[in-house]
Amino acid sequence: MAREIDLQMRQRRLAWFLIMPAVLVVVLVIGYPLIQVIVYSFLKYKLDGVTPPSFIGLSNYAFIFTDPAFWGAVQVTLLFSFFSVILETVLGLAIAMVASSKFKGRTLLRVAILVPWAIPTVVSSQIWRWMFNDIYGVANILLADLHLIPHKLAWLANASTALPVIIAVDVWKTTPFMSLLLLAGLQLIPGDLYEAAAIDGATKVRQFWTITLPLVTPTLLVALIFRTLDALRVFDIFYVMVGGQGDLQTMAIYNQQYLIQFLDAGIGSAASVVILLFIMAFVVIYTRFSRTSFE
Amino acid sequence: MRSLHRLVRRNLKWSTCLVWLGLLTSGSLKAGVTVRFAGDSDVGEGGRWTRAVVEDWAKRTGNTVQYISRPNDASATLQQFQQYWAARSADVDAYMVDVIWQGIAAPHAVDLHKYVKEDELKQHFPRIVQNNTVNGKLVSLPMFTDAGILYYRTDLLQKYGLSGPPKTWEELAQMAKKIQDGERGAGHGDFQGFVFEGKASESVTCNAVEWIYSFGGGTVVSEDKKVTINNPNAAKALDTARSWVGTISPQGVTTYSEEEARNLWQAGNAAFMRNWPYAYALGQDPKSPISGKFDVTVLPKGGADGKNAACLGGWQVMVSAYSKVPDAAADMVRFLCSPEIQKKRAIDLSQLPTIPALYNDPDVLAKNGWFKNMQEVFNNAVARPSTATGADYNQVSTALYQNTNKVLAGGESGQNAVVQIERTCKRIVR
Repeated sequence: MAREIDLQMRQRRLAWFLIMPAVLVVVLVIGYPLIQVIVYSFLKYKLDGVTPPSFIGLSNYAFIFTDPAFWGAVQVTLLFSFFSVILETVLGLAIAMVASSKFKGRTLLRVAILVPWAIPTVVSSQIWRWMFNDIYGVANILLADLHLIPHKLAWLANASTALPVIIAVDVWKTTPFMSLLLLAGLQLIPGDLYEAAAIDGATKVRQFWTITLPLVTPTLLVALIFRTLDALRVFDIFYVMVGGQGDLQTMAIYNQQYLIQFLDAGIGSAASVVILLFIMAFVVIYTRFSRTSFE
Repeated sequence: MRSLHRLVRRNLKWSTCLVWLGLLTSGSLKAGVTVRFAGDSDVGEGGRWTRAVVEDWAKRTGNTVQYISRPNDASATLQQFQQYWAARSADVDAYMVDVIWQGIAAPHAVDLHKYVKEDELKQHFPRIVQNNTVNGKLVSLPMFTDAGILYYRTDLLQKYGLSGPPKTWEELAQMAKKIQDGERGAGHGDFQGFVFEGKASESVTCNAVEWIYSFGGGTVVSEDKKVTINNPNAAKALDTARSWVGTISPQGVTTYSEEEARNLWQAGNAAFMRNWPYAYALGQDPKSPISGKFDVTVLPKGGADGKNAACLGGWQVMVSAYSKVPDAAADMVRFLCSPEIQKKRAIDLSQLPTIPALYNDPDVLAKNGWFKNMQEVFNNAVARPSTATGADYNQVSTALYQNTNKVLAGGESGQNAVVQIERTCKRIVR
């Protein structure tokens, strides 16, 4: 008995020793910059090479929370996240179900659908930006010449047309990612469940609602969390396609403007902390929801 | 041969010393230093041309140059350089800097008074040298100057029986509408009357400064740091610009920077364009569809009692205060800004020299007869409020371009815009 406990304690100590280097690296690489950002968020600090930093308490946060530009950015980010995540999930699931069934050329399809995800976002955003140019862009030429729209539109000039375009481009880019995650989830469902259901006379639709959906839910929730967190931090696609336009800023662009363009490390750091808290709130909501769905 | 052999053998110690001396000194003479230069963008001709010029300098002086291209957008370039400066990086020795960055760049630049003699400095336009001097420190030397000008299609004006370039913005709008309607009726569905830069970045700031000044609305922030933007003339200027979008300018003009506007113009799809002088040489290139069919003049006034306005631009070169090789870098800077190279630039790229004497040079005028018009342009040059606002210029410019872009896109009235800009500027400029 005593020897068993002794062995357990030795194993635990060994485990700690083995983990320690990794923990140290994580603390240094993630913890140190995080603490620094939080400290800077309480300072007035301009990176112009001459002004020394000074402590100003919560003034940076007060500035951000009373800035209409910030709340506009929150609105844009939430709208974007909501629509793009829903569309990507639905389309991703559909594509995953097609890709999981057996047919000729299945491997080729799986490789092909990954291409949008593989192209760097900055590159594909620029391509789409040219395609939506109002005079010589392909989109206008196709849509206007086929008389699907009355005349050529300046898609990216107005928020009301630009936001749907940006959501569409993001759906094009990220649906492969979602479909890949969901495909992995679908593969876990045993095939004999479907056989049994088919023997019992269940239609394909019934099979989907009673077998596929419940069993893919854990994977679905994981994919949703990944995608939502990414969507809340969106930067590159907005920056390339409509960068500079005040009513199409996302929270990350707002952050970048203060930190990099105005070299205001105080407000920039405070904005980063606010975004962090925002995203953490979403993570808490999600984990609460996913826990209750299992009870 | 044998006597030489005997000579060396007898004086072996000395000969060895001589050989080593020769190897060492020739080595240090040949190696030279490496100067890292963040120069003009590779989009368009500027990058290629500047690379060739600095390679030439490198050959002449036995140094090496490592060329770093900058982003095409001026705002993006500033963001990148500011990161280098905030990090006190020694990775770049010389930077190509915009005329409006002098206040921002001053703490990070070597005082070029140390390397440039007074009579060399006097060769340049005094106003530009003054712009580049911050608190007595000569932050950078001017490479070429720039001003917004009006490009117009001489063949189309003739075709529609219109005399001469427009003198006021109203005239321009009328002429542009007439030509646009005519051309579209004749089958050119994509023809536009007037293209300019409306993109929410420094591009539209320059245009806005011109419009506001041409209507008598001042310069946003005056030289004595007073915020003057909130006045009816400025609001009228922005509303007038708004009236062009969708009538004589494409709806998408609010997303155009210099190159998008030039692409439309150079393909022959516009009657008028507001752009910088660099588009002149590109348009006159024999392969261009509009070669020989256009001319340039000063931008129109805002009404009969308005003023002509030309936003002062131009690029300079500075030496980084954190550079390990400031002497070589300064030498390269002086070379780039010398009369010889400025003359070559005027002939090759049609960019405006900062040296008044070159405007009377026969070779320069032979290639760029239109430089004669530029005297009038420079008499009407309006500088952006960068000197008055110094390191805060970025924020002032952002307030101006975001609100102007919003007005152009139809999201805000000119009056609201100037109130917003004033509010932001008053908070920043103290």
